[in-house]
Amino acid sequence: MIRFIISRLIGMVVVLFIVSVVTFGIFQLGPILSDASPVYYYIGKAPATPELLASLTHRFGFDQPIPVQYWNYISGIFGKTITDGVSAPENCPFPCFGYSFRQNELVSTLIGRTIPPSLSIIVGAAILWLVGGVTVGTISALRPGSFIDRASMTGALAAVSLPIFFTGPLLLLVFVYTLHWLPVINYVNPTTNLVGWLQSMILPWVALAFLFAALYARLTRSNMLETMSEDYIRTARAKGLDRRTVVVKHGLRAALTPIVTIFGIDVGTLIGSTVITETVFNLRGLGLLTIQSIRQQDLPVILGVTLVAALALVLANFIVDILYAFIDPRVAL
Amino acid sequence: MSTATAPVPPRSSVGAPFLSVEDLKVHFPTDDGLVKSVDGLTFSLQPGEILGIVGESGSGKSVTAQAILGLHKGSQAQVSGSIWLNGRDLVAASEDDMRQVRGSEIAMIFQDPLSALHPFYTIGQQIAEAYRVHNKVSAKDARARTVEMLQKVGIPNAAGRYDDYPHQFSGGMRQRAMIAMALICKPRLLIADEPTTALDVTVQAQILELIKELRDELDSAVILITHDLGVVAETCDQVVVMYGGQAVEKGPVDELFALPEMPYTWGLLGSMPRMDRVRETRLTPIPGSPPSLINVPKGCVFNPRCRFSDRVPGRKCFEVHPDLLPSSSPRHEVRCHIPHEERVEILDTEIRPTL
Repeated sequence: MIRFIISRLIGMVVVLFIVSVVTFGIFQLGPILSDASPVYYYIGKAPATPELLASLTHRFGFDQPIPVQYWNYISGIFGKTITDGVSAPENCPFPCFGYSFRQNELVSTLIGRTIPPSLSIIVGAAILWLVGGVTVGTISALRPGSFIDRASMTGALAAVSLPIFFTGPLLLLVFVYTLHWLPVINYVNPTTNLVGWLQSMILPWVALAFLFAALYARLTRSNMLETMSEDYIRTARAKGLDRRTVVVKHGLRAALTPIVTIFGIDVGTLIGSTVITETVFNLRGLGLLTIQSIRQQDLPVILGVTLVAALALVLANFIVDILYAFIDPRVAL
Repeated sequence: MSTATAPVPPRSSVGAPFLSVEDLKVHFPTDDGLVKSVDGLTFSLQPGEILGIVGESGSGKSVTAQAILGLHKGSQAQVSGSIWLNGRDLVAASEDDMRQVRGSEIAMIFQDPLSALHPFYTIGQQIAEAYRVHNKVSAKDARARTVEMLQKVGIPNAAGRYDDYPHQFSGGMRQRAMIAMALICKPRLLIADEPTTALDVTVQAQILELIKELRDELDSAVILITHDLGVVAETCDQVVVMYGGQAVEKGPVDELFALPEMPYTWGLLGSMPRMDRVRETRLTPIPGSPPSLINVPKGCVFNPRCRFSDRVPGRKCFEVHPDLLPSSSPRHEVRCHIPHEERVEILDTEIRPTL
């Protein structure tokens, strides 16, 4: 177990290293291809005089070899002081991803501010789609070919085919602008205003969960159908167990195990990629920050967001692996 | 005797048997047609007796076992006829009633213990669960009883292995655990569906011996489903040879082995390897393959593969379905158009020398 955790931790560091090298490398390419100074990408405007350009190039370290620049960036994550030579120097504590001169804020502050809305969307939607999808899938699997089965599987197919930029505005139109059941969406901190948070999150949850619930329903159905024809289900019935115990304790227990893996990876992947949901519902989350920084060619922010998203995915995988060992006794770590 | 429409069960006059299966039919509607997996099967069994059901794959052995346990309830299968257990008809019983019977009065051992045990629960949990469904006891008592059962079936260090998972057991151990699970509620009827097929030959004998011992102890009736005539000869009191969903020959084991009369039984005997024969002798396979259970052959089910259908005048074998009729003794029944005397003659002159 400990061996496994250590080896996986080493693997995670390796993956993060590769991701950071590749992203860092890509951003070296931009200035080279457009034949502009990296300083331009850094501060968003051309320095007024060649002397200032030279001074800034030196101050940001762009005159150093790329490996040294990379090392400075990585070691800088643990804290450094940032200055453009014009404004007052700013202390950048861990995790320091640099300073966005376009937005005049530390990258870590920007990310820290946009993570809560994104996480709120993902966690709520994940619970909704897991519970909803598994329930629908199980009911379908227990009566294959029945009306309920066909209706929910047709519904699932429709749900998979409907993108959020269709269902989202539709939900807004109906529940906010027509029925006025919900206020116009505006993210609030759940610790200060729980009701307001729920009111603003419920539609994004439904829109995002709808898409995934459909996938999970189909997945659960096929897993469950397969499990219910296993020999050990027949054994459970031969023992005289009631149907509920057979289905839940013996059937679902086995059918859900592979779904845990997919669930973990889905949640990990979503961090940093809920941009459509955020755009539709006007939530200033990590996805929007990513798109905005790409549009502005705000290199420090893009780099920071990429690293955070990669870390989230790697962590999710790690947790799933550990969890799997507890769920499936045949997996020895 | 074999008339399917007999209003009175033929054996009820001889003193009610413990288990009596009468004209059992299990049909499965499919897109290709009606699959007649079991088509008019009749047999009976007394406590303490072991009945062997022999036949090829697809002859309806396992389907019969599952019908007795009522496992077809709630599925598409059409079950008719009757299964009397201690004066109660299981075919007519509701799923809820059957649930009470399963595990407590009738228990079953399956062919492949690895796939028949749940991979995510420990051996102990699974056996204790079987005990607690039918007995209101504390978790502690169920554990004690489970450990006792595991010891009885010969698992060394039973208390220590209670918390092992099925994949940590060997094949023979798993089958022993299955037997412990089946017997923990002291069932009156034990159905063993090819209990030794997935096991080593050396373990086979141990498992069969164990089933016999436990039968003696509980005085339960046992149905042993197998395709191995050697196992039948060694273990069983009665035997039913099934072919195409029907019994083609049945009777007491010693009589049937002394004087097998149905050509299919001869075929089974001829294709069985024997240690007491010269090595040069070749095994005689039965030509052809088992019949389709959707388009069952007209006349005798075995006629497409029977070498002796020309011994019967006319095309009787291909047109008239033979009845299961008493032969050398009233308890030995054979489903064949060839007259008894001629069957004995064929057996002596053509079959015995090649066995």
